[in-house]
Amino acid sequence: MSQLKWQFTTLVEAKWETPTVKTLVLDAPAWTGHKAGQHVDIRLTAEDGYQAQRSYSIASAPDDKNLSLTVERIEDGEVSPYLTDVLQTGERLELRGPIGGYFVWNSDQKKNNSQPLLLIAGGSGFVPLMAMIRHRANVGDNTPTRVLYSARSDEEIINREELEELASKDSALEIIYTLTRKQPKHWKGYHRRIDRQMIGEVAWTMKDNPLAFICGPTALVESAANLLQEIEYKSENIKTERFGPTGG
Amino acid sequence: MAENFISRGFVSKRRVDDAAHKERIPPGQYETRDFPVLSAGPTPQTQLDRWTFSINGEIAEGLKLTWNEFLQLPSESITVDIHCVTKWTKLDTKWKGVAVETLLEKIDLEGNAEIKHLIAYAKGGYTTNIPLTDVLNKNAWVVYEYDGKPLTPEHGGPARLLVPHLYFWKSAKWIESFKLVKEDRPGFWESAGYHNYGDPWKEQRYAGD
Ligand SMILES: Cc1cc2nc3c(=O)[nH]c(=O)nc-3n(C[C@H](O)[C@H](O)[C@H](O)COP(=O)(O)OP(=O)(O)OC[C@H]3O[C@@H](n4cnc5c(N)ncnc54)[C@H](O)[C@@H]3O)c2cc1C
Repeated sequence: MSQLKWQFTTLVEAKWETPTVKTLVLDAPAWTGHKAGQHVDIRLTAEDGYQAQRSYSIASAPDDKNLSLTVERIEDGEVSPYLTDVLQTGERLELRGPIGGYFVWNSDQKKNNSQPLLLIAGGSGFVPLMAMIRHRANVGDNTPTRVLYSARSDEEIINREELEELASKDSALEIIYTLTRKQPKHWKGYHRRIDRQMIGEVAWTMKDNPLAFICGPTALVESAANLLQEIEYKSENIKTERFGPTGG
Repeated sequence: MAENFISRGFVSKRRVDDAAHKERIPPGQYETRDFPVLSAGPTPQTQLDRWTFSINGEIAEGLKLTWNEFLQLPSESITVDIHCVTKWTKLDTKWKGVAVETLLEKIDLEGNAEIKHLIAYAKGGYTTNIPLTDVLNKNAWVVYEYDGKPLTPEHGGPARLLVPHLYFWKSAKWIESFKLVKEDRPGFWESAGYHNYGDPWKEQRYAGD
């Protein structure tokens, strides 16, 4: 296989999604395409030659015009605050990818509807799942899809408008939020961490032959994956990606 | 890249200035003090009375051990640095387990000179391939304690492979068996675009690196 080469991209647009999460839209002339769920490696170089690398999921769908990333600013982080606060439009960003061949979902018209999707996200773990949702919408795939999105508060939900717009036009796409710390007045949805009862209410059952993607901090991924196993999901029905800093 | 590119305004926060320390961090890696968890699927829970470890493959006679039999084997305590392809490096991690060499001594390898590769199989279907020469001479262990305590499931317990000189995906969690084979067979990540060998010092992250 040929090497995944470092390439230059240019920031063409940046948009705050929440008070701490920013989407970076990149012009990537050497990009050769990707699958929803894959990530890139970013490499930053300081004046004295010091380099730092980190992974970021691709937020855009394969069929979108530009490559985009959605980055949460981690207080005191080395790379994420540079991406959200320092990098300006018109400036270059070095990256390589796409990376990862497992946590991916491809719309497959022939197998359409055969495996309903369960997408479970915590915080910025929503990013690769949004790429899947965008891809599904772009190609007009109507695979039954349920999204269970855990955020601390409603301001922290990423891509909320776009997501709800898509769901309003598509009866096969259901979005369920749980707001774990702060809820708006009159909030009727869930307001606790993902638990057994919630999974029982939201998840497809095994007889639906579901495919689950779970992404977020380690603790959320661990607990959601365990809960799915308790309702008889097999490991081949569950794909996980852990962003998390804190090892369990 | 040929051109001297600089990310304007980027300042390091994780730089290691102490030379002895710096020498231990491979290119593109940064030091972490947490122990992050990475796996492609859910964490399996295993009952010790049902746990077994076996060695099989293109060999005349294999081996199968129960948990108690495994604990009877001569063990070693080791302190090593580990390097994950997702960029973190953790220094001085402490483990206890059995050297792979000790396990392979139980197999007649001499009569099987054509065996060149070890394929590690883990619960949940995970596999990873390692050249046999890399796991001999005490470069690899099957460990069951981390930091003086039984290895927890999310870190690969009850027992995982530990091959610290390669990227950490080679250190298969929830190890169940070794298959000894003549021809190499790319494992789970190795078939998904990651490097077949995975030397962190050569930054062999992805196929072609
Ligand atoms: C496959 C993969 C895909 C990823 N995709 C994304 C993505 O789409 N969007 C995104 O924002 N991030 C993503 N991440 C996380 C990202 O790679 C970085 O770890 C994150 O941006 C922190 O880097 P940093 O340099 O800012 O902080 P660092 O300098 O690495 O760490 C600073 C401190 O913050 C802590 N920390 C690190 N990460 C987090 C976190 N996520 N939450 C809270 N504290 C943390 C560390 O333990 C450390 O103490 C992904 C990670 C992986 C492995």
